[in-house]
Formats: sequence, C-alpha cells, structure tokens
Amino acid sequence: MADEIKKEPPANFKVTIDNITIEVAPGTTILNAARTIGGDVTPPAMCYYSKLQGSGGKCRTCLVEVAAGSTADPRPMPKLVASCRTTVMDGMIVKNITSEKVKDARAGVVEFLLLNHPLDCPICDQAGECHLQDLGYEHGKEGTRYEFKRRTFEKEDIGPYIQLHMTRCILCYRCTYVADQLTEKRVHGILDRGEHAEISTYISKAIDNEFSGNMIDVCPVGALTDKTFRFKNRVWFTKPVDAHRECTTPGCCGKTTLWLRGEEVFRVTARKDQWGEVQSFDGKPGWICNTCRFDKKKTGDWTIEGVTKVNRHSVIAQGHYEGLVTPKETVQQVLGGRAPRLLMDIHDESEVNRNGVHLSEINGPAHSDDFKKDQ
Amino acid sequence: MQPLTNRVKQVDRRPMSLLERAYLPAIFKGMSITFGHMFKKRPTINYPEKTRPFSPVFRGLHILNRDEEGRENCTACGLCAVACPAEAITMEAAERKAGEENLYREEKYAARYEINMLRCIFCGLCEEACPKDAIYLSETFAPANYQRKGFIYGKDDLLIPNPKTEPEAYAKAKGGRVTVKH
Repeated sequence: MADEIKKEPPANFKVTIDNITIEVAPGTTILNAARTIGGDVTPPAMCYYSKLQGSGGKCRTCLVEVAAGSTADPRPMPKLVASCRTTVMDGMIVKNITSEKVKDARAGVVEFLLLNHPLDCPICDQAGECHLQDLGYEHGKEGTRYEFKRRTFEKEDIGPYIQLHMTRCILCYRCTYVADQLTEKRVHGILDRGEHAEISTYISKAIDNEFSGNMIDVCPVGALTDKTFRFKNRVWFTKPVDAHRECTTPGCCGKTTLWLRGEEVFRVTARKDQWGEVQSFDGKPGWICNTCRFDKKKTGDWTIEGVTKVNRHSVIAQGHYEGLVTPKETVQQVLGGRAPRLLMDIHDESEVNRNGVHLSEINGPAHSDDFKKDQ
Repeated sequence: MQPLTNRVKQVDRRPMSLLERAYLPAIFKGMSITFGHMFKKRPTINYPEKTRPFSPVFRGLHILNRDEEGRENCTACGLCAVACPAEAITMEAAERKAGEENLYREEKYAARYEINMLRCIFCGLCEEACPKDAIYLSETFAPANYQRKGFIYGKDDLLIPNPKTEPEAYAKAKGGRVTVKH
C-alpha cells in the first residue's frame, strides 16, 4: 500500500480526447489539452482566456463528458465537467463532439446565454467577429424561444474610448481580469448579484488607464466596443492587415492588426490567435496600449507587414479576393496610346465614401451633422 | 452533306407556271393574310395608359421601407451589401441623436445608402438578406436615363414616402402586392 503512494506519477499524462490520444504535462486543463490537438475537438470557451489568470468556469460552454477518470480510477465522472477548470489525469478519456450529451448540454448553455442577450446583431459592432454569434449559429440557436422581457440597462458612459452595452454582457468577467492584471487600479467591476449583476464603474467613474482598451479585445460579445470605431463600418467591409510601430509605452508590444478601408485606418486591435485570444510574442501576451489603439489612425503611423490571414469561412474573408491576377490592360495598345474615354467616374457621383469626408478621423460615431449636403 | 436540322428546304429553281406568272393571285393571297389580322385579338396594349399586371414574384426597383410611424427601418447592418453578388450597394452609417427618434427606428441608421443600378442585376438577394424588413424590390422598372450618373440611386430616390405625411404616395409606392411574408 505504501509503495503505491510513493510511486512517482509519470512525467506526462496520457489523455484521450475524442479518440485522439496525446501526452500533456500534469496540471494541464482538458481545454488546453484539446487546444494542443486543435480543430473541432477543442471545446468553445466564452469566459476562459488563457492569458488571464483565474479566468474560466463561468459560462459553461466548454462542458465535456469524462468517460473515464483515470487509469487508477476508470469510473466516468457523473456529470459533465467544465473543461477549462478540470485538469487531466493519466489515462483520462474525454468525449467532446463525439458525445451527444455534450452537444445537447452545450446547445442548452447557448440558449441560456442568449436569454438576456439582445438579438440586435444588425446594430452591434461586434457582429461578424462575435464568439456568441458563432456559438449560436453552430448550435442552431440563432433564433430565440424566449418570450419574456429581457434584462435591459440604462446606457452608461465609461470614458471617451470604450462603449459599454450592459444589455449584451454575458458576465464572463474577462474585462475585470484585464483591469486587475494589466492595470494598476481597477475602477470597474461586477455590481449586484444574480439576475441584477452588471459590469459598471462605481459612480460612473471614467476608465482612464493606458491599457483599458484591451477590455474591448477580450470581450467575447459586443458589450465593450471601441467608441472610435462605433458604427463607422461593418467588420466584413474592412480589410485587416498586420502592422507594428515603435511604441514607447512600457508593456505595449506595438504589434497590431489595422482594419483598413482603402487608405483609412478604421480600427486598431491587438492581434488575435486562432482561439480569438490576443497573440503571444516571445511568450508574453501582446497587449497594446490605448495610444496605439485609439490615437494612431493614420497609415503613416504604422509599418504594415502584410494582410492578416483570415479563416476562409469567416464573413470577414468575404470580398477579399486572394491570389487575384489582373489581366494586362490592352485598351491603350489597341487605341494607339489613347486612354479610353471614361463615361462616368463613380467617385464623382457617389455620395458614399466621398473624398474629403473621412469617417475614420471623426472621434466617435458619425451623426447627422457629419452628412450634411453642403459639406 | 448531312443536314444539321430537319428544316432544310431545297430551293426550287424550276421556271414559274402560268398561274405564278399571272402575279395577281399571289398578291390577293398575301393581302388576305394581312387584312385577316384586323379581325384577330390584338397582342399589344396602349402603354402607358394601360399596363399589364406584374407577376407576383416580379423584382423591380428597390424601395427603402419605413415602419407605420414613418421611421426608416434600415439600420445599416450591411447584410444587403454583403449579399449583393454585383456589389452594387454601398452605405455609411450614423448614430441616431436625441430628438431624431421619429426619423429612425433603431439606434444606428444609414446616413447614406446608395444602389448603383448599372451594377444591380435585380436578383433580390438584398431583400432576402435584410433582417429589418427595410429593403424591398417593388413593382416598377428602373426608368431609362440619358446619362449614367442618373443610375446612382441615393436615399432620396429609394426611400418610400412617409405614411404619416404622404399616405397616398406611400400606398402607391407600396403597391398592391402583399409585402409581409413570414
């Protein structure tokens, strides 16, 4: 008996997720083990964020079935477990997409998350890159069965750069972890409990920290959005490019994604990895400061590295014609060097994207005054 | 040579008979066909005094819809533009200010909305994509124009008349077709 206790655990744990066996270090969560496999096997996560300590365990979208606890104790776990908070054991057998129970439970969780979440995707700036939207469509829950009054909140101003839409919040707590771990003092948090819980600053105190903008990036829904980008454009009409600049703010990595339309920089975000989290550079998460995010809205401020790789199935990839080969223009040759007569230049006629009106330079959303006829 | 179709007719090069050379019988035969049409049903109508009914699935000129209070339905979500295979639709959005609630239904609206009718193929995918019942293809043709710039339709051309202030024009623009389909 005593020998058994003294026996050292193996250096790496063997875990089987959806019939794929891998070896991971002890202490790894099931979710992170699944992420090393990648692909469809990975459970979705709304609240867990690998770069934020202590996150996870709140939304329950990452539920998995543990069919066998370990080699030592191969009994299955009685209930589905949150994979972001459950560490692997040697010989553990996990079922994610191969389990009907998990699929069913996850669809239920999505529906619960959408109980109070307004279906105002046409207005929301997050649409197109929203994790809850993806999750809803993946589980066929894009509609709603909820007939009662949804939880609504008065609009609250939390500073000049960040727009808070409390009605869209799913209480994942990611933004409060950002404030705790990236900035020196947190001025916002979760007030009240249960049904009444809400993210807010105490007595509407403005958030004015150099790294507060990262809350926008970690927010899985459109509860926290960029005010300088608000209503300016839909994400799928902008073109993401990787760019960097020499940022002097300590802690800022300076590596970003610019969301361009033509020459205009509409939005600056941190670079995201395949899980929708901020990318790591040299082992450190690539958070960016508010100067990079909100103030550098000219292409001249940035060194552009190249087009960001966007998943082909993402709506953001629409209209981005990759590998486009433009045929050689032969009209001038045929006409003996004469340029063809243009019957209409669309930019002379079109009211949209007019020369001289740069929406990206307006600080905050455009209003009716910005579109006066005489301008 | 093998004929390509079965409609091939050999040209008859024999000299004409006496009856054919008499000329007048052939003239009377031709005239009887011509005047016979006078007593048949006319296939044409006197457009524009008379118009033909449109097919219930006809897709014509676009209208931007308003709700029953006269507020614009469009919220500039961009789904019509992303669905448009001809990339004819462009828009710019703005935030509704306090006091403009009677003009726009949602917090965000299309400050500029443009359809390039030179590009539009009237496929109706914008109508299908719209989540807000804002764009419909009506029962009218896009009128002809002498210049290309006349085919760039802005919000002034597309918006349906306000049902509150101009109920008659609104009813006319809406047409007889049932537009609500669920």
